This record gives sequence, structure tokens and C-alpha cells, in this order.
Amino acid sequence: MNLIFLRNVFLKGLGLFLVVDLIFIAVNPASLGKLSLYNHLFIGRQRFPFGEDSSQSYNLSLFNLDAMFASHVIANGIKPIDEYRVIVIGDSSIWGTLLRPEETLSGQMNAAGLSLCGKKMRVYNLGYPTISLTKDLMVLDYAMRYQPDLIIWSVTLEAFPADNQLSSPIVANNAARLGNLIVRYSLPLNQNDSALMHPSFWDDTLIGQRRALADLLRLQIYGVLWSATGVDQIYPADYQHTQTDFNTDVSYHNMQPPKMGDSKLAFTEIDAGLRIAGKTSLILINEPMLISTGRNSDLRYNFLYPRWVYDQWREMMAVRAEAGGWKYLDLWNIVPAGEFTNSAIHLTPSGEALLVGWVEQFTLQQSCP
Amino acid sequence: MTFAVVLISIGVAALLGMVMRNRWRIKLLLGISVLAVYAFQPLLPVRGLDFWLPTATLALVSLTWIITSPPENRTWLKNFPALLSLFSIVLVLGLTRYLGISLYLTASNPPQTIYIIIGLAAIALIALLLMHFSKPNKALLIGASVFIILLFVILKVPQLSTIISGLLRSMNHQSTSLTLSQDLRWLGFSYIAFRLLHTIRDRLSGRLPVVSLTEYMVYVIFFPALTAGPIDRIERFVGDLRRPLALTSDDIGESGKRLLFGLFKKFAIADLLAMVALNATNALQVHSAGWAWVLLYAFALQIYFDFSGYTDIAIGLGRLLGISLPENFNAPYLKPNLTQFWNNWHMTLTQWFRAYFFNPVTRVLRSGKKSLPIPVIIFFTQLATMVLIGLWHGVTLNFVAWGMWHGLGLFVHNRWSELTRAHFTALSSRWQSVLNVGGLLLTFNFVALGWVFFALPNLTISINYLRVLFGLA
Repeated sequence: MNLIFLRNVFLKGLGLFLVVDLIFIAVNPASLGKLSLYNHLFIGRQRFPFGEDSSQSYNLSLFNLDAMFASHVIANGIKPIDEYRVIVIGDSSIWGTLLRPEETLSGQMNAAGLSLCGKKMRVYNLGYPTISLTKDLMVLDYAMRYQPDLIIWSVTLEAFPADNQLSSPIVANNAARLGNLIVRYSLPLNQNDSALMHPSFWDDTLIGQRRALADLLRLQIYGVLWSATGVDQIYPADYQHTQTDFNTDVSYHNMQPPKMGDSKLAFTEIDAGLRIAGKTSLILINEPMLISTGRNSDLRYNFLYPRWVYDQWREMMAVRAEAGGWKYLDLWNIVPAGEFTNSAIHLTPSGEALLVGWVEQFTLQQSCP
Repeated sequence: MTFAVVLISIGVAALLGMVMRNRWRIKLLLGISVLAVYAFQPLLPVRGLDFWLPTATLALVSLTWIITSPPENRTWLKNFPALLSLFSIVLVLGLTRYLGISLYLTASNPPQTIYIIIGLAAIALIALLLMHFSKPNKALLIGASVFIILLFVILKVPQLSTIISGLLRSMNHQSTSLTLSQDLRWLGFSYIAFRLLHTIRDRLSGRLPVVSLTEYMVYVIFFPALTAGPIDRIERFVGDLRRPLALTSDDIGESGKRLLFGLFKKFAIADLLAMVALNATNALQVHSAGWAWVLLYAFALQIYFDFSGYTDIAIGLGRLLGISLPENFNAPYLKPNLTQFWNNWHMTLTQWFRAYFFNPVTRVLRSGKKSLPIPVIIFFTQLATMVLIGLWHGVTLNFVAWGMWHGLGLFVHNRWSELTRAHFTALSSRWQSVLNVGGLLLTFNFVALGWVFFALPNLTISINYLRVLFGLA
């Protein structure tokens, strides 16, 4: 056996690998997300990629915002002149857990074929299934390059607690993007928080990026099945319905009655969102939630919120909206309890239709530039 | 096989290739292949079955060797070391249950040692009886063939395997409500059965070379070819086995190339295509003919890259161990007609069927007193051969339909080429090339349409999918 031959093969292979790796680091691996087959070979997704069982949902969760937007239908070419572009940001209730794309708020608004300011209204679903205002801010900041005419920002109290801001994996894995937002809008967040992932040199190598690269590739491959089937999440025949009976616990994120401190809530993010929107109209919605009539429902509205804390937060929102001149729509109780699915904020298609009615009415009242 | 298992196999083969000296080579190959029979066996829900099925493999191979070997070759002295090795390995594997840690050599904790000893004693008793009281006679050999085919049928007919699984579960005091046909996944049995049948048939025809138990065992359970072939011929395999091993840099280079190609084909291309390839779920979800073709093409390519990738890996591993396994694929999708496709797709399986079914049946039909017309003979033999190849994959109506699709296709091509050969050979080379490209596209699409029956679980879904493909749904 020729050991010199083996040694040479090994050394040449190693050398080639190192060269390829250095080139890879030099081209900034994160930017590879902008390369996408969606909107070219495959139709753009109606909502952001998100999912756990990829083999059934033909979808997956990843942290590359470039790739998420590049796969979305909003990135399909330049904005048509006759389009009144509406973007909707928010959590899983906007993304549409258990709803088909056409059953979501944006899907139903598109189906209505509305026009505003002499243009055809086209609504884009930019919701993402984690609850954090900072996550919404990150999405909004990115989405502004797509020239929206109107922004609908759907929020709920759970997106406000300070300790929820960095817990969204998409925030934690985009530390540089978040750092930029912190500096630009003086957000009360710590750039060196241990929840944030700061990539090292090794994390940028081919080996460090192997998972991210595989996710990018899988996202492209699943474009085939998304285009072929229109399926982007699992729709189980049955699921566990949201909880309606509760215990007597009325604490909320380490807050105890009778008074919640607004310093522990991320109102700065709302202000930052309004600044990012600039002259673009922004409608802020307090999204509908389940009002339970089960055990201890005199103490809690639902599994997310004790009554005392939610009522105080709604008051704070109303006062701030008045003072700041926000376009604010408080729709907290418009949907009956039977129209919620597996969570206190996830709606059935008919529950969604109720929400659409209110939002459409308010949207059509917007003044034109 | 997972990527990790393949990498471990490569590591083991490379190590063996480097350290094996000729005296120990075959013994090491025997030991490693026996361990692989256990290590590759997937976990099964029936208690202890993932230990007993590999043990049954070893027993079946040993007993088949006994009945196919001339009595003078079955001497105790000559084969004692092999028998001792087999029994020792099984016993030691069984004892690993007392280590308290998993060595990944068995899918689950082995059964209690007493049961293993009883099992081994029973096998030894049958072996001794066969060695002392049997000669390789026709009735015994045919009986053994029938037994192997019966086992094969039980494993491949879901209803039968469900019944057997239920019985095994009852014997184990396990719930029978969870019984599934997949409970009896016997790793590599399809290939093992075909190697055993090949040796029995060659013994019947007097062509089987005289081989020792070790050589026979290594041939049947050679670990690189255990799970996905190729199905080698014993005389060729043993020839390589007996040749002194002298690995050259050419061998290593060629082996490395095949392994890299194989790994890339299987784990990069095939596994990616598998994500979008046609399956029972997406067949019901696809909403347009265009995308339906995309999913079907993805399946056609996935099955090729998956299978040919495994073959490359097996050939690469074999080369490191001094065994030149036969090729299984030779660019089948680039062939201009269906006959050539089948001459280049899963070649060792088709050669097996040609040697042991197609040719003998054709001979019988041609040599009858009232000889049938040639087209009728071709029609019958091609249809029957392809249906049998279909049934080899599983005894379901869909595999029958797949076999019939190809059988009819081969017959039509045979008749077409008979009719047009004279005309086409007179054409210019330019027109020949155009026809070849047309033939290639036609053949690929014909084969792809056949995959609908292969990929989907029943005829209703398959026919509905065909309607979607042609915009009729």
C-alpha cells in the first residue's frame, strides 16, 4: 500500500477544504439567504416559513431573515403601480396557526378584493409565530424596503413583557440586526444579553454554518411541494382546544396585583415601530382573545392573562394611543369563545372573518396621501 | 442505512484492508459480516425479534451450506473453526445484555442467555442431523428452495406477516392490537434469499463450486452487500476471496472515488430528492398536472440515486476488502429503449431472473411437442418475469401492476424492434441519433409512469394520480 499517495490525497483534500472555507467566510454566509428560487422557479410563500414537521408541513423554521423574506410573495418583483400595499405584522394569530393561507386575516382581506385610494389593495401576511414586540420590530424594519402604503400591527399583552423580548429564537439568532435597532431607536435592551447568539469566527465557517446552509437548501427544496400542493402547515383533523378552566394563580411575569408597572412593558418598541413606519400609516390592533366562562374565569380571562393585568394594560394602551395620536383599534372582545382553536388568540376561519370585518372597515377609512 | 453506519462501515473496511493478512482475511471478514448482520438489523417492536432474525439468517445460511455441500466437504475438522466462531459471536453478543451499556451491535437488549443457548443448541442439533443423515439430493434441495420462497412470501405478503407478527406478540405476551406487517422487517432477507436460491439451483445443476462454510457464509452475508446488493455469483465472489489481497494505490483511489460518489448520490442527491418525491401523502395534495410530473420525476431520480449510491458504496467497500462486486447500474435512464433500460437497471437482479426463470421457462416453452408461436412465448416469459420482479419488491397489487407495465412494455418494444429493425438500420447516423434521443425520452417517461405504481400504496391512488398527470382529474 502506498502511504505517500494516501498522505498526498489527504493533504490536498485538506488544502482544498481550507481554501473553500476561507472563500465562504469572505462572502458572508448569512447573505446567502437572499438567493432564492421562490418567486422565480416556485411561487412565493403567502406567509413566512415556519414549521416543525417538515416532511408533512413542507415548511421549516429558520433564523435567516433574508431567506424568509426572499421566499415570501412580497419579494416578487417591484411593487405594481396600481397596488395599495398593506403589510400585516404580528404573532401566530396573524401568521395563521391551523388556518390555510386564504383563511388568515390577510388571505380573507385579499379575497374581498378591496380598493383604496384608487388602487387595488393587496395584503401581505408578515406575521411570525412567536410573541415579542422586538421580533415584530425586526420584521417591520426589514419590510419597509417593500414600500408598504399601510401597516397593520396586531399586538397582544403577551408581546409586551420585557422578559419576552429576546426569547423569540429569531431575535436571539439575529443579534447584529437587533443591535442596530437598539442603537437606532434607543431600545431598553442589552446587546450583550446571554439570550443573544453572537457568532464567532468558527460559527461563520462551513462547519459552523452547516445547519443554516442545510436549512436554506431545505427551504428551497420545499418550494416544490409548496408550489405543487399549497400546503405550508399541518392541519390535524383534531387538536387540543384551548384551556377554559384555570387555577387561582393571578400572577403575571413576576407581577402581582393590584398594580402592574408599565416600566416592565416594552412600550418603547411601539414608539420605535411608529418611527420606523414614518409617514406610512400604521394601524395598531389589540387582537381578539378568548374570554372564558369556565372555572375561575372571574380571575382570569384565559390561560395567558389574569383579568387585573389585562384590564390595566388595555387602559394604558388607550391612554397612550390617545396621547400619541395612534390609529388604534381595540378588538379584544369581538370574537365569541367558540371561535378560538388551540390557543387564546388563535381563531377559526369564521372567527377570523369577524376580525376581518372590523379591520376592513377601519382600513377603508384611511385617508389617501 | 444511516450516514453514520455507512461511515463506520467505511472505517471498518479501510482498517481491515490495511491490517488483513491473507491468513486471517477470510476469518476477519466472517467475524465482521456476522456482527454486521446484527448491527444493521433495525429495531423491531416484537421483543427479541431483532436478535432472533439475524440469528435465523446465520442458521439458514449454515443449513443451506450443509445441504448444498458434498459430504466430503462437510468434515468437522475443516469447518469446526467457522462453527465455533459463529456460536461464540452469537453467544458473546447475547452476553452484552449484562454490560448495562449499549454497544450498538444489537438493535435492542439481547434475549436472556438461556434462551440463546437453547436456540443455538436447536440449530446445532438440526445441523448435526443434516450433516450426518443427508446428502445433497434433489428432493432436499427443492424442499429447501420451497422453504426459502415460503419465508419470502410470508415476509412480503402484508396479511401473512401481520398474522405471524401477531403470533409472535402473543408468545411474548405483548399486545396484539398494535400488530403491523412491518414488525417482521428482516434486514437483507431479499438479497440473502436470492443468494441462497442461486447456490441451491447451481447445486442442482452441478455448477456450484466446492466452498467451505466460512467462504459460503462470507459470500451470503458479505457486509457491504448485505442490505442492498448487488447479488454476486458465488464462483466469482469466492475467486476474489481466495486471491491474495494486495491493495494498491489504484484500488484505494478507485474505492475512494466510488465511496465519494456513492455517499454524494445517496446522502446529498437522493435524500434531497426524497423530500419532494412522489409519495402517498403528496399524491393526494398535488393540484396541477405540471407539478405532478415534477414529483414523479423527483421519485424516478431519487430511487435511482438512492439505489445506485448504495451500490457505489458497496462496490467501494468491497474493493477495499479485495472483492470486486459486480455493477448494478449503468446509466439506465440514458438508454434509448426499455430492453436496454432493463439490461442496465438493477443488473444483478435481472441477470438472476434471466438465469433462473426467463431462460429456463423459455427453453421449456420452446422445446414442447407443440411449440408455441415465438411472440406468445416472448409475451408470456417477459410478462411473468417482470411480474415476479415486481413481487420480489412486495406482494401487492401495485407491484403486480408495475411488473405488468414493464412486461408489456418489453413485449411491445420487442415486437416493434423486430418489425422496424431493417428500416431503422438503413437510416443515416444523424437520424439514428435523433431516434435515440426520442427513444431515451420515451423510455424515461415510460419508466417514470411505471414508478406511479411502485411509489403509491394502492391502485385507486395510482390510477387517480395518472389521471392528474394527464389533466383528467
